[in-house]
This record gives sequence, structure tokens and C-alpha cells, in this order.
Amino acid sequence: MQPAYSVIFFTTAAGAGYGLLFILVLNATAVAIPLRPVLLLSGLTLAGLLVTAGLLSSTLHLGHPERAWRAFSQWRSSWLSREGVLAVVVYPVALGWAWLVWSATGRSLTFNLLSLLLALLAALTVYATGQIYASLKAVPAWHRASVPTNYLLLALMSGAQLMHALQLGLSPRPAASAALVPASIALAALGKAWYWWRIDRAPPPSTLGSATGLGAFGTVSVLTQPHTEENYLQREMGFVLARKHAWKLRVLAALGMFVVPLLAYLAGGLSCTVLGALAMAVGLFIERWLFFAQAKHRVMLFYGGLP
Amino acid sequence: MTALPQQVAKKLGLVIDLDTCVGCHACATSCKQWNDTGHSAPLTDYDPYGASPDGVWFNRVHTYEVSDQGHSRTVNFPRSCLHCDNAPCVTVCPTGASFKRAEDGIVLVDPDLCIGCKLCSWACPYGAREFDEVEGVMKKCTLCVDRIYNANLPEASRVPACVAACPTGARSFGDLGDPNSGVSQLVKQRGGFALMPEMACAPVNRYLPPRPRAAPSAPPLTPRVAGFDSALLRWVDRLLGG
Repeated sequence: MQPAYSVIFFTTAAGAGYGLLFILVLNATAVAIPLRPVLLLSGLTLAGLLVTAGLLSSTLHLGHPERAWRAFSQWRSSWLSREGVLAVVVYPVALGWAWLVWSATGRSLTFNLLSLLLALLAALTVYATGQIYASLKAVPAWHRASVPTNYLLLALMSGAQLMHALQLGLSPRPAASAALVPASIALAALGKAWYWWRIDRAPPPSTLGSATGLGAFGTVSVLTQPHTEENYLQREMGFVLARKHAWKLRVLAALGMFVVPLLAYLAGGLSCTVLGALAMAVGLFIERWLFFAQAKHRVMLFYGGLP
Repeated sequence: MTALPQQVAKKLGLVIDLDTCVGCHACATSCKQWNDTGHSAPLTDYDPYGASPDGVWFNRVHTYEVSDQGHSRTVNFPRSCLHCDNAPCVTVCPTGASFKRAEDGIVLVDPDLCIGCKLCSWACPYGAREFDEVEGVMKKCTLCVDRIYNANLPEASRVPACVAACPTGARSFGDLGDPNSGVSQLVKQRGGFALMPEMACAPVNRYLPPRPRAAPSAPPLTPRVAGFDSALLRWVDRLLGG
């Protein structure tokens, strides 16, 4: 599949934003951790910026961005619509939460409930993003439960990294949530390794013979293509990355997403953590690019592609 | 509404005979001609007179070679929207632009609602949808909805343009939901099949398999190059460096 940069930016930036929001609001409900309005409000601002920039970027690949509002209507059947609705619902809830933080009401029941609701909404929005891809049967590498799981784990990981950097930036004291960084990196690395392992070993979904129904009559091969020039289908869905490049890029993605941030965490300090966050951003970008570039669409069977 | 209808009154669709299709592309060009001014008009072309012309088409004719124990045959394979009962392109649409009609099962795109997110084209395993880069909306086969009900046309012409154009009668149009319809009978007689049943899209269109060929009666020809029986020819052969 053709990797669209606007969608790569959206899913990684918004993922990190929702991950940060998730950790931030749960952090605020944890009794053992003192409430720090400065941390909560600056974290919320950073999350809001990332999510908003991502959402705006996601409209760039649309043929009619001015009609994007129409995408909120079909939440009963479409995961893309559900994602849009959830993303919009997060805003007023987050604003209400921010107002409670600002007015320093402490950990009231309303505050705790609102925090939990916000955490749930953030997680659901990322889950909906993953489900957009996982619901597509026509793309075998995406049609698996590990896809939304990976979106959730990577969002949690990038959120934890941002939260850690933010805490170090605001005070040099070690924070309780710092342990989330190595834990979430380990989980996300396991999830991604599992995904890569599985898609490499997945049996070819169909063949030209089974797709055309002509396999019953012999071995089917392409004699002539239906058109001389590349068409929309081939540009959009025929993008396939050579296997050897894929491996190099996977190593780069894993170094950026997992190894460098983990080393930076062990080294400690604000500058190392920011460096780790930057490496993570680059790693996530490569990971998301690969997520598209390595996914093959079944329609390419008709053109003699796929297995 | 992108929810699929609970029940469709008719299942209008095409039956394509892979035995008689000669791969002339008349269906594809006549589709392009009709629909360029039809429901989903225009079918935009990019660089039409340039070095690499491309554009939106609803119908693409593939050509395959099917080999079986040394005997091979050419099978032409027109590919267009199958107007699936369980159309994934409809349910993924976030705006309601993509819909399936309850009255006849035709899958259409409302160009005024489409935001051009392309998700429907990703959801379709058959590649039935092509994005119009200029109009910014998705386009697809309309089953010539503006022809088949068109009272201004003589009744015989109220069939999709591809069906009307086919010179070998390889394309038939009708209600595949009615077991007594001509198309349903044809599918029954010829063992018509659905494409990629494992995708559970429940396509309406059917393909008729190529008919079995009679076994070749004469033994295959042997090439006449083995040796020359006259000394003169052998000498000429040597002279020519053979």
C-alpha cells in the first residue's frame, strides 16, 4: 500500500498525544502521586497540540477536506467515522478536565470519573485508528488483531516517553511514572516483533488461480495487462517494498523506537530523554511507513502480484 | 446510510462468459463513453494525449494464459464492480456517500457526499473503485443506472453499456436474485462462479467458466530440422556454418 505522509504523521503524532493524555489522566487519579497542576496542564497542552496537528494532517489526503465533517455520521458501521467521533468527543471532556485541574478542586469524585472517562476515550480513539486497518480483509497484513494492539502499545510507549521528558523538564525529582518508559518499550517491542514474525510467516492468502477462479483449469499466468500505463489501483495498492530494504528499515525502526530510547532512559537526564524521544519519533515514522509499504492488497493478484 | 440493506428486492448484476469473451475491450471503451456523461461523470483522464495516459475506468479487461499439461489457452477476464450483497466498500464509508440500493442492489457513490478518503477502494478486494484525482471523489461502476431505467431509450437498449457493446454476447444482465431469470438459468446451466468467495463479500456478478476443450485428435507436430537426407543439403548446411 502507498504510504501517505499525512496519514503517517497523523497516526504517529496523534498516537503519541493520546498516549500522553492516557498516562497523564491516570497519573492524576493515582492517590500516591501528588497532584501537580503545572505538569498536568502542560502535558495536556502538548497532547492537545500533537493530536490536533495529527487530525488536521489527516484531512490533507482527502479529495475534499472541506467535507471532512461528514465523516462523523456513519459511526454505526465505519471505524473511520468512529475514530472521528471519538477524536471530537475527547476535546470537550479534556477541556472540562483541564478546568477542574485549574480550579484546584483536588481529587473529587467528578475529577476522578472525568479522568477515567478521558483515559478510556483516548485509548478507544487509538483503538479505532487501528481498527480502520484491521477491518480491511482485502489487506491480509492488516486484517489481524495485533494491528490495533500495536497501535495501542506504540501510543502508550510514545506517551510514556513524552511524560517522562515533561516530568524531567519540570523538576529534577524522579517521578513514579518513569518506570513506565522501559516497561512500555518492552511491551511495544514484543508486540511489534510478534507482528513482524506473523506477517512474514502468513501463508499467501490467494493466488491468481483462486482469485480468477481459473485455477481449476490449469496454471494461470498474466498474458497481457489490461492497460499500458499504471492506474490508480497500481499506484495506491501496488506499492511493495523489496524484502531486503524492509529488513534494513525494520532494524532502523527498532533502533529508533526501542533501543535508543531505552539507552537514553538508562543514561538518565533531560537531554538524553529528549534525544530518546526524537529517536523514537524517527523510529515510529519508519515503522508506520513500513506498516503501509509492506502491506499487500489482494487486488494486485489480478495484475499477477502478491505471493 | 452506509449500513447495508437488510434485504434487496432485486439483485441486478452481470454474468460474464469467460469462454466467449474475445478480449476486444469494447465493453471497457463503451462503458467509458457512456459513463463519461452519466451518473458519475466525468470519467477524468490524466495526460490523455501525452506520454503516459491514464484515467478513471469502471471496467478493466485482463488477459491470462491458462496452461494445462502442455496445452494452454488464452482467457480474457473483464473485471468490474460485482455489486456485492455484503459490500465492504459500503460499510467502511465514513460519510454515507457509498451505499447499496435496497430496490435493486446496485452499489453507488453519491459524489456530493464523498470526501475522497479512498478507504472504500482499500476495502474492495476486486479493485472495482478508482479515485478521480481531479474531482477528488471515488468513482465506480453504476451498472448504468442511468440507462437500465431510462424510458427515453428503446427497451432493448435498457441494459448496461458494456452488455450492449459486447460483440460476442459474453455479457448478460439481469436479476440474479430471481432463480427463474435468464441470467440465473445461465449461471445454473454453465456452472457460473463467484470471485473470491473466501472474502465473504457475497458478490452478485457471476463468471461462466471456459468450456472444456476437446482432446487434440492428432499427435503434436514434430519439427522438421533433425537431419538432411541429401548430401547436397548437408554440404550447403556446412557451407552456411550450420
